[in-house]
Amino acid sequence: MTVREKLRQKISAGFYWHGLLCASYPVPIILFTAVCILTCCYPLLKLPLPGTGPVEFTTGVRDYMVPPQEPSGDPGERPDWYRGPPVAYIQQVLVKAAVSPWDNRLVPVDAFRSPLGRVFSLLDEIRNHVHSDSSGVRSLEALCLQVTDLLPGLRRMQALLPEHGCLLVSPGNYWQNQRELFDSDPDLLRTVQQYEPKGLHTSATLKDLLFGVHGKQTGVSLNSRNRVVTYTITMALRHYDVRFLGSLRSRLKQLHPSANCSLREEHMVHVHFKEEIGVAELIPLVTTYIILFAYIYFSTRKIDMVKSKWGLALAAVVTVLSSLLMSVGLCTLFGLTPTLNGGEIFPYLVVVIGLENVLVLTKSVVSTPVDLEVKLRIAQGLSNESWSIMKNMATELCIILIGYFTLVPAIQEFCLFAVVGLVSDFFLQMLFFTTVLSIDIRRMELADLNRRLPAEAGMPPAKPGPLRPRETPPPPRPSPHTITLQTPAFRNLRLPKRLRVVYFLARTRLAQRIIMAGTVIWIGILLYTDPAGLRTYLAAQVSEQSPLGGAGLPHLAVAPVFPGGDPTGTLNVLPQADPTPALSENLSQGHAPPGISWGPEDEEGWRRLSYRHWPSFFSYYNITLAKRYISILPVIPVTFHVTPREALETRHPQDTRHAPPLQTDPSPNALPHGAPVQTDLTLYKVAALGLAAGVLLVLLLFCLYRLLCPRNYGQNGVQHGRRRRGDLPCDDYGYSPPVSEISPLLLRGHNMDIECLASDGMLLASCCLAGQIRVWDAQTGDCLTVIPNHGLRRCSSSGGWEHRDGWDAGAVTDLETLGGAEGQDAGGAGYPVRRRAAPSRPTLFGDQPDLTALIDTSFGQQPPSQAPSASSGFDFGGLVERAYLEHEPSVSPVFSAPPPQPVQRRRSLGDQPMAPTDWDSAVWALELRGNLIAAGRSSGKLEVCLWDAVEGSLRCSNEDGVSGITALAFLNNRIVAARLNGSLDFFTVDINKPLGLLQYRGGPGRGSMPPSPCYSSDDVISCQLTRSVQCAHQKPITVLRAAAGRVVTGSQDHTVRVYRLEDSCCLFTLQGHSGGITAIYIDQTMVLASGGQDGAICLWDVLTGSRVSHVYGHRGDVTSLVCTTSCVISSGLDDLICIWDRSTGIKLYSIQQVLGCGASFGVISDSLLVTGGQGCVSFWDLNFGDLLQTVYLGASSEGQGVRQLVVLDNAAIVCDFGSELSLVYVPSVLEKLD
Amino acid sequence: MPTCTAKEEQVLWKSSVHSRGSYNAAIADQTANLAIRGLLLFLIGVFLALVLNLLQVQRNVTLFPPDGFASIFSSAWWVPPCCGTASAVIGLLYPCIDRLLGEPHKFKREWSSVMRCVAVFVGINHASAKVDFANNVQLSLTLAALSIGLWWTFDRSCSGLGLGFAIAFLATLTTQLLVYNGLFQYTSPDFLYVRSWLPCIFFAGVITMGSIGRQLAMYEYKVVQEKTHQD
Repeated sequence: MTVREKLRQKISAGFYWHGLLCASYPVPIILFTAVCILTCCYPLLKLPLPGTGPVEFTTGVRDYMVPPQEPSGDPGERPDWYRGPPVAYIQQVLVKAAVSPWDNRLVPVDAFRSPLGRVFSLLDEIRNHVHSDSSGVRSLEALCLQVTDLLPGLRRMQALLPEHGCLLVSPGNYWQNQRELFDSDPDLLRTVQQYEPKGLHTSATLKDLLFGVHGKQTGVSLNSRNRVVTYTITMALRHYDVRFLGSLRSRLKQLHPSANCSLREEHMVHVHFKEEIGVAELIPLVTTYIILFAYIYFSTRKIDMVKSKWGLALAAVVTVLSSLLMSVGLCTLFGLTPTLNGGEIFPYLVVVIGLENVLVLTKSVVSTPVDLEVKLRIAQGLSNESWSIMKNMATELCIILIGYFTLVPAIQEFCLFAVVGLVSDFFLQMLFFTTVLSIDIRRMELADLNRRLPAEAGMPPAKPGPLRPRETPPPPRPSPHTITLQTPAFRNLRLPKRLRVVYFLARTRLAQRIIMAGTVIWIGILLYTDPAGLRTYLAAQVSEQSPLGGAGLPHLAVAPVFPGGDPTGTLNVLPQADPTPALSENLSQGHAPPGISWGPEDEEGWRRLSYRHWPSFFSYYNITLAKRYISILPVIPVTFHVTPREALETRHPQDTRHAPPLQTDPSPNALPHGAPVQTDLTLYKVAALGLAAGVLLVLLLFCLYRLLCPRNYGQNGVQHGRRRRGDLPCDDYGYSPPVSEISPLLLRGHNMDIECLASDGMLLASCCLAGQIRVWDAQTGDCLTVIPNHGLRRCSSSGGWEHRDGWDAGAVTDLETLGGAEGQDAGGAGYPVRRRAAPSRPTLFGDQPDLTALIDTSFGQQPPSQAPSASSGFDFGGLVERAYLEHEPSVSPVFSAPPPQPVQRRRSLGDQPMAPTDWDSAVWALELRGNLIAAGRSSGKLEVCLWDAVEGSLRCSNEDGVSGITALAFLNNRIVAARLNGSLDFFTVDINKPLGLLQYRGGPGRGSMPPSPCYSSDDVISCQLTRSVQCAHQKPITVLRAAAGRVVTGSQDHTVRVYRLEDSCCLFTLQGHSGGITAIYIDQTMVLASGGQDGAICLWDVLTGSRVSHVYGHRGDVTSLVCTTSCVISSGLDDLICIWDRSTGIKLYSIQQVLGCGASFGVISDSLLVTGGQGCVSFWDLNFGDLLQTVYLGASSEGQGVRQLVVLDNAAIVCDFGSELSLVYVPSVLEKLD
Repeated sequence: MPTCTAKEEQVLWKSSVHSRGSYNAAIADQTANLAIRGLLLFLIGVFLALVLNLLQVQRNVTLFPPDGFASIFSSAWWVPPCCGTASAVIGLLYPCIDRLLGEPHKFKREWSSVMRCVAVFVGINHASAKVDFANNVQLSLTLAALSIGLWWTFDRSCSGLGLGFAIAFLATLTTQLLVYNGLFQYTSPDFLYVRSWLPCIFFAGVITMGSIGRQLAMYEYKVVQEKTHQD
């Protein structure tokens, strides 16, 4: 255990330093990693290109022997497939025939009719050729490859291809090798063309097979330029007999001499075909790749809370891919050549290596405290996850090691690759990905700095700063409310079906994607089936250029410099071979009969055939060439010269009918250029076609796009006539919900920013920075009571404050103008939302003594109430109304003790303040329950005052504490006060009233509303300190919530404590946050949620004290938290409202708020969320994240953000706009929404 | 005060009506969800059966099949639907058992993990079809280890293990019965070869389909939970 712990610590420390290093020197490290990757991938260059192209190997004809079955010696020279006899030896007789001299009487058909006719006599010669010598008599029948039936599917070709005999094909097969049929054929071209496939060419056509040369070379067409007909007679031989072939060659050459032919005849090319990939094999492969991509997609989708999600996803994929390449490269470097099919095992390798580590790293780094330096964040994140990463890696290595001992070669090789891949992946993760992550995080911080005030990030808690940091007015942002949905499954819009379909199409861009995929597949098919000879061309290029290609070596070997000890045979050939090409060119230009020329390109005419030529040729007889090879012998050149007279004699009577107008005789100069021009033209045609298709496709796509995609990218607010007031929130579809405008009830009267807000549905109590408490009727918006603070007002630093000697309730009107101006100043002094919870509190207030001086304990008038409500200075909004959902028996009036002397002060307008300390005390916490207002002050004094409709009076006060009260909870007849020094005080409120006078208020229809006692001014109220927990927390208590008989406190010391209300007994201390607690939510159902400065939200089980879930949701503090039955709603300093699934802790979606309105939200019902914006409130469907409606609150509040938002029971919303409140009734809206 | 009460009553009445409606809707939704899940699982099962059958067929396939697509359906027509039905049953059974046993399965409940699981499953099939093993014992041992590894990596629940074993056993038994009755024949003459890898493949398939089914069920679970909580 200790060893393990030590190891763990060591690993953690190592990762920490590594993280520091990576984040400190990002650029050099990335460069270093890139160099590493490139170095490791360098050996890959030596590998042959992947693909199923055939491989060639050339040997000399002279000393050819059938390679032995077992590989023997010199493995470097001959490829490993070159063993055993080939499937067949291919002997081609290349015939070039032309009518010469060309006569003007001739029609184009004559150019190939009689030359083609010569094939029959030639065939007879070949068939009947017999070679006899001492060893016996040999004919072609004995040597050739005997074939049986064609494949059943090829009945159509039965007449054309030989069956049950020698595999010997020639153009004569079109006419069943019968001269009579040929002569009586009225239309040769039609006979040849009728077997050609229509439309897309498949790989090898019948014409190619029978003619044995590429279709364009044959010259069998009406507009052939040079009128030379080229064809071959192709024989497949089973046995290689030098003497027979030699005699055949010499005989044919003798009979039909080719004048200037100097084809080299010393090379025999062996072509090896790899395994074919058919459709059947492709389907599983494609499936694995689809699964792979789905895996990558689902993995990278989890990357969150970073600056550039796609950038990081790309980096993750790059990490995995380059680690694979590195593993292959390293294995090659150490002599392990991969024998497995790379394409097949690749997806599995990716899956084994996985993206998990990368995601874990990202998540860990992102969840570190935002206010740390980037370096430290990276280091912390790394070291947090170091143990699990190392553990996982060790496990994986172990598993792979086990796999290595299966002793199955394929699995062993896979495991080897996986091990090297894992190690290199780890290397890349540590160096490459971590660095990229650090860069990304730094970018995010920079972007943040531009957005939010710098003081917020790392403000030292104790230092008294200047005024509360004044924020610049938020810049207009293009769309203040963007809502991002994570799971489309949750979207269940109330839209017509038609729209839904269109939206679905638009959202997934299905049509475009299908078209794109179709195009890609089409291009793939095009390339595969090879209509333009592109692939052959490429293959030829590759095989010629690749130094490893079998064909290339011998050609290179015929280099001018020869080692001395070489066989003489090659030396003989060499002098001839070298000058041949140039020579033959010259000859063909000069002396040769016009039209026929033999060039080096004729040597290996089969190279220009599709490289599926031979496999398909043999496949017709069910002979596979996969993983086998054929040997192609040097061609036998044969030249025919047909005189015009002969041509005329053989002409068919119908030939002239088809003759098109005769072309002028092509000049001899054009001859050499004929072929290139033709290919060029084809190329242009293909290019033009491609261009046209591309343009068409683009147009089509554009039309579809316009048709199907309703989004207006980047055109916010311009085209929408409805967007009257700048930016309107809109949801995913660019659908702007209906906008309505209503005139709210404006509650004016405060002349400074409203600090605390408490409500119970009937009454609304608000306290401003000046300490003035006002009580409003939540129904009518009338100001019922004003409880002012009296005393001096010193001039503040802004200089806007006048000395004012108190004022009474009647003087509200004349203050309006002043209040407006001052309220703005105060509003500029800082949003309460922006404040840090406790440590900044003394900072904020200590700096404004002039404001707090106005506070007096004496209350002129008191606010009324029925139900309690709490709102302390730093937590706002919708949490409040939960506090009075308590269902507890009403306060029983117990006459337990003689009431202590109630401190009664009536309208002490001009009175002297009681104590000098009061002058400096501000109201930090306010609670409203029944008609009692509890106010906690910075001086530590607890005040409870009773309100009635006419006057507010201070009924009771307690000044036991010395430290400021930071939070209050008022539950039943108990008041809990949390103090700055971390102590917790429990007070009991006793009411002495005559029996029988008990009144209850509250609607009997609503079950959840406890009947609240109504106090009358005759009652005597006492407030007793029952218990004081001195060291409840080590640091200031920041939050206090009470419900269901529990009191929950959250403090700066990162812990949450749960107390029982009755006996103030501490039940649990909940640890789990890595920052001070800033928000707590508890309700009647014992659901406890807490949010901290680390941006984390924890859900706890109050009964057991265990942590249910723990999520990181915000960058920066969590400012408020509300739970509904299914969701947890949180808001943070990042102005984001996140909605989480309560049971799984999965983020459902988030809503971006305008700057400064981050914490203003409230829950009206379980499915309705209201958020504040600039001069407006928006309603959202909580379950689906749809924006339902935006309501503007009239002209007066325009441009000012809603800072606090309280939802009252009677479908009213109270919005805090700085110094004034807006009371909004939205019943009409709600009825529609429900 | 009276106005307030009236309003509250109205709200209460409205919400009760709303809740009753949404309860019915939730029930209807639940069956619809079940059907959708079943269909989805069926399709996945059919697709996987086709693809994996192709892999197995390839072992003896000639190089030039006259038509590539014909070999997809080279086996009996009823095999893919059977596999689809079985996978639908398994995929629905797993979350059901989870619910009966208590809480839903929580280990690695993400789509990426499920995808990884499917990829490993296809890989096991691929290995059994493509890799040449020295003998059948080696093949079956390797496959068994891989299957157990699959369970350990992606499931780790006892119910999953038990169900996997049970179904694999039943399926193997059924296949053997079919073979004895001549309804079905293996392409490979090596009888032991077939028998040895079959249970492992079945087991891995059960784990995979269960994983998919659980993941699908999570969506429904969440949706239904929300729906019921709205009441």
